[in-house]
Amino acid sequence: MTRTRKLLIAVLAVGLAGLIPALAAQTVVGVTATEIKIGNTNPYSGPASAYGTIGKVIGAYFKKVNDEGGINGRKINYITYDDGYSPPKTVEMVRKLVEQDQVAFVFQTLGTPTNSAIHKYVNQEKVPHLFVATGATKWNDPKNFPWTMGFQPNYQTEGRVYAAHVLKNHPDAKVGILYQNDDYGKDYLKGFEDGLGEAAKKMIVLKQSHEVTDPTIDSQIVNLKNSGATVFFNITIPKFAVQAIKKSHDIGWKPVHYLNNVSSSLATVLKPAGLEASRGLITALYMKEVTDPQWKNDKGFQDWVAFMKKYYPEGALDDQANGYGYNVAILVAHTLRQCGNDLSRENIIRQAANLKNVELPLLLPGIKVNTSPTDHAPIEQEQLARFDGERWVTFGELFDAFRKQ
Amino acid sequence: MTSRLARHAGLLAVLALACMLPFVLSNFRLFQFTQVYIYAIAILGLNMLTGYNGQFSLGHGAFYAVGAYVSAIMMDRWHVPYGWTIPVAGVICLVVGFLFGLPALRLEGLYLALATFSLALAVPQILKYFEHWTGGSQGIVLSKPKAPLGLPLSPDQWLYFLTLAVLVILFWLGANLLRGRVGRAIVAIRDNHISAEAMGINSALYKSLVFGVSAAYTGVAGALSASVIAFVAPDSFNVFLSITLLIGSVIGGLASISGAIFGAFFIQFVPNWAQDISKAAPWAIFGVFLIVFMYVMPFGIAGAVGRIWIRMTRSRVLQAGRDPAPAHHAHTTT
Amino acid sequence: MEIFTQQVVSGLATGGIYASVALALVMIYQATDVVNFAQGEMAMFATYICWSMLNAGLPYWGAFLATLGFAFIGGVVIERVVIRPVENAPILSIVIVTLGLLVICNSVAGWIWTYVQKPFPSPFPSKPFKVSLGAGETIFGAHDIGQIGITLFVLLCIYLFFRFTPLGLAMRAAAQNPVSSRLCGIRVGWMLALGWGLAAVVGAVAGMMVAPSLTLEPNLMGGVQIYAFAAATLGGFTSPGGAVLGGFIVGVVENLVGTYVSFIGTELKFTVALAMIIVVLLVKPSGLFGSTVVKRV
Repeated sequence: MTRTRKLLIAVLAVGLAGLIPALAAQTVVGVTATEIKIGNTNPYSGPASAYGTIGKVIGAYFKKVNDEGGINGRKINYITYDDGYSPPKTVEMVRKLVEQDQVAFVFQTLGTPTNSAIHKYVNQEKVPHLFVATGATKWNDPKNFPWTMGFQPNYQTEGRVYAAHVLKNHPDAKVGILYQNDDYGKDYLKGFEDGLGEAAKKMIVLKQSHEVTDPTIDSQIVNLKNSGATVFFNITIPKFAVQAIKKSHDIGWKPVHYLNNVSSSLATVLKPAGLEASRGLITALYMKEVTDPQWKNDKGFQDWVAFMKKYYPEGALDDQANGYGYNVAILVAHTLRQCGNDLSRENIIRQAANLKNVELPLLLPGIKVNTSPTDHAPIEQEQLARFDGERWVTFGELFDAFRKQ
Repeated sequence: MTSRLARHAGLLAVLALACMLPFVLSNFRLFQFTQVYIYAIAILGLNMLTGYNGQFSLGHGAFYAVGAYVSAIMMDRWHVPYGWTIPVAGVICLVVGFLFGLPALRLEGLYLALATFSLALAVPQILKYFEHWTGGSQGIVLSKPKAPLGLPLSPDQWLYFLTLAVLVILFWLGANLLRGRVGRAIVAIRDNHISAEAMGINSALYKSLVFGVSAAYTGVAGALSASVIAFVAPDSFNVFLSITLLIGSVIGGLASISGAIFGAFFIQFVPNWAQDISKAAPWAIFGVFLIVFMYVMPFGIAGAVGRIWIRMTRSRVLQAGRDPAPAHHAHTTT
Repeated sequence: MEIFTQQVVSGLATGGIYASVALALVMIYQATDVVNFAQGEMAMFATYICWSMLNAGLPYWGAFLATLGFAFIGGVVIERVVIRPVENAPILSIVIVTLGLLVICNSVAGWIWTYVQKPFPSPFPSKPFKVSLGAGETIFGAHDIGQIGITLFVLLCIYLFFRFTPLGLAMRAAAQNPVSSRLCGIRVGWMLALGWGLAAVVGAVAGMMVAPSLTLEPNLMGGVQIYAFAAATLGGFTSPGGAVLGGFIVGVVENLVGTYVSFIGTELKFTVALAMIIVVLLVKPSGLFGSTVVKRV
C-alpha cells in the first residue's frame, strides 16, 4: 500500500516537473509549438440548424490544412460547440471555449442575437472575435469593440445598394417591401430606407412583415399587389423567397423585383420558384453562386468541389452555406499565416485588421478582402446582377461601401 | 422523527457543499451551476402548477421572459439596481399569472396546455412589437453585476451565492406552502376538484393563486437569468424554452420539490453531453436520452430516487402523502 | 372588394394546410387519447421518403401510395417500440416521449437529407384559375384547390371509418375506456398501434400536400404544426370536422386581421390568431365542436 502510494507520488512529481517548463514556455493562450486552438459555436440543433453545415465545412477545411502540414508547423485544433441559436447557450459555450478550453480566439460564431450576447464578454476578456457569421452592422465598431470583426457585407449596405439603383432607374416608383420580422429583416429595411432618404416616405407604399414560423406569406403578397407597388423589395430567406416569387407570378403581379442576397441560390430558390417566374430578378452578389452554371469551369469553384468531395462528402454541393464556410475558413488560415510565429491574441487581431486585397476562391472576381484598424468589415463590395432565366448576369460597377463613406 | 432529522442533516450537508463550490470550481463551472439553480427555481414554479395542482402549462417560458424583461428594462432605462428588480419581477409575474389563471379556470387538461402554449408562442412577437421598451429583436445588453460591499468575490462567485440564496429561500417557502394545509388543498383539487369543492375548498381561488405563485417563481428565475447572462432578446425566450422547462419538470419528477433540482441538472447538462456524442445530429441523441429516461423512470428522477429510498429503508407503511410518485391524475381530466 | 375575396381565398388555401395537419393530430387523439407532438415531424419524414422514391424515378402516385404504406408501418412500429413501454406512465411522460420523437425525426432528417430545401412536385396542374367575382378577378391556385379537396376527402374517410366500421368503433372504445374494452374482447394494445398507424397515414398525406407549397426541408412542419394545434384547439380535439373547419377559420381570420386592422398589421397577426383561440376557449372550453366528457365523482 505505502509502496504504491510512494510510486504514485513519484510519478506525479515527475509529471509535474515535466509540466512546469511547458507551462512557462506557453506564454500565449491556446498556442503551443505544435498546435493552435480555435473556438466556434454553431447551431447544430434547434430552429436554425440549417446553418450548422457552416461549422462543419470549416472543420473539414481545417482538416485539409492539417493534412497538408498545418500552419507554420502548427496543427489547427478546431473546437466547435452547438448553441442551438439560443443566446444564453452561446454565452455558456463561448465561456467554455475561452475559460476552459483556453482557445486562442473565437471565430465565425453564428447569428446576430447570439453574437450580441457575447459581444461585451469577448471584448472585456480581450479575446479576438473574428469574422462573425452575421450581416448586422454593429460588428464594425473598432473604437468600442476592438476585438470583434465582421465578415460578410452587412445587410444595411446591401439595402442601400438596392435603394441607389431604385432611385437612379425608377425614381417615380411605388415601392412595396416584404421583410422577416427580426434583426435580419429590419437591418435590410433600415439600409434601404436610409438609402432612399427623403424619398422613402413618398415612394414606399406598403411594408409587410412575416414571422419565420409563418407557414406561408401568400396574404402579404396579395396585399403588396393590391397596394399598386411597381417595385418589390423582397427581404426573405429561401423558403419564403420561393413562395414570394411563385405567388406574385401566379397572381399576375409583375413589379421590378429586388431579391436579397440571402436567397440568391439558383438550385434552392430560383429553380423551385420557376426559372420563368424568376426572370428579371435583381440581386446584389459578393460570392460566386455555387449552383450557377457560369462558374462550371472556374478554378476557385472547381477547387471547392474537389475539396468538398474529399473532405466533406456528406455536405451538399448545392448549399451556398458550404461555399461561404469554405471562404471564411480560407480567410482565417490566411490571417494565421500572416501572423507568422507571433500567435498572441494582440497579434492575431492586429493581423486580422491588416488584410490587404486578399482574394478568396469563391468571391466574385474583383471583390477583395480589406481591413484596417479603423475598418473591421472585411468584405464591403457588392455587384448588382440580373437573372436572365439561366444565370445571374452582373451589371454596373462594383459598389464599394468603404470608398463611398 | 429520526427520518426527519436525517433529512434535515442531509439537506444541510448538501447546502454546505453548495457553499463550498465557489472556492473549488472555476468561474465557468460556477456559471453553469448558477444556471442550474435558475432553472430549478423556474421548474419548481412549473411543478407547483402542473405537478401539484394538475394544471398543465406549456407556456412558462412566457413568465420567464416577463421576469427577465422587467428586470432588464428597469436596469437599462431607470438604472434600478439589479437586486431590486428581482422582487419586482416576481410581483409583476404574480399579478400576470393570477390574471391569466382566472380565465384558465375554465380550461382543463389538453385545452389549458394549448392555451398556455399560445402564450409562449406569442411572447417573441409581442416583445418585438414593443420595440421602444424592449429593444425589439436586438434585445438589451446589460452589465454583469459586481459583488457589493467590497466582498472579495468575482462576479460569477457573487451571482452564484445570490442565486443560491434566492433558491434556498424560495424552496423553503415553497416546501412550507406545499406541505401544509394549503398544499393539501392544492393536491386535493388536482386529484378530484369536485370532491375538493364538496369539502369546502375554494377551488377557483386556489387554482388562480397557484397560477400566480407559479408564475412568480418562474419570473424570479427569469430576472436572475437577465443578470447572469447579461443580455435579453426575443430569441432567448422562444417556444423551446417553455418545452425545456416542461421537460425538466417531468424528467425531474412532477409533484416533488427535489425533482425541480434534478430536472434543472438534466436540462442544463444533458444537451451538452448529447453534442459531445454527436455533432452530426445532437438533437437525435437528446431525443433518445428523453425516451430512455422516461422508460427507466416514468415518474421522473425524484420518483425513482424515492422508490429506491423506500426499498432501502424497507418502510412497511407507504404513506400516501409521502409517495413521491404523482398520482395518475392527468389521464382522467377531460 | 377584390382584395377581400383574394384574401379570403388565400386564407382558405393556407387554412387547408393547417387543416390537413390538424386532422392527423385529432385522429391520433381520438384513437389513442394522446397528443402527439411528433405528428408533424413524422409527416415531414414520410414526405422525405416520398421525395427519395420520386428521385429514384417512381411515378408520383406509385410513390404516394408506397409512402402511405410506409407511414402506416412506421406509425405502428413507433407505437409498439417507443410508446408501448410508457403506456402506463403519467400522460406528461408520454408527452415527453413524443417530444423526444420530434427532435429525433427533425435531426435525423437533417442528417440524411441535409437542410437544403428541395422542390416537391404537386400532382395538380400548375396553372392558376381566374374567376370573376363581382368587381374584380380572383385567382385560385390549382394546387390549393386540389389540396383542400384531398383534405376533405380524408376527413370523409375518417368520419366513415369511425362512424360505420366495427374497427373504428373498437378503436374509439379502446382509447376512451381501455378496461371495459378489454373486457369486451377488444385487443386494446393493437387498437392503439393501429391508431398510430392511421394517424401517420393522415399525416403523410398532409405532408405530401403541404410540401409543394412550402418546399421540403426538415423544418417543414415546425410552424405548420403550431397552427394545426391552434386549428384543432379551436375546432375541438374530439371533432375531426371541427378541426378542419378550425383550420380554415384560423387561415382566413388571420389574413383579414393582418390586412384590415392597421395597428395590428402583419407584425402581430399571429398573436391575434392566438388570442382569438383563447377567447373561443373561454366561451367553449372544449373548442367549437368538441364534446365535454362528464365525469362521475
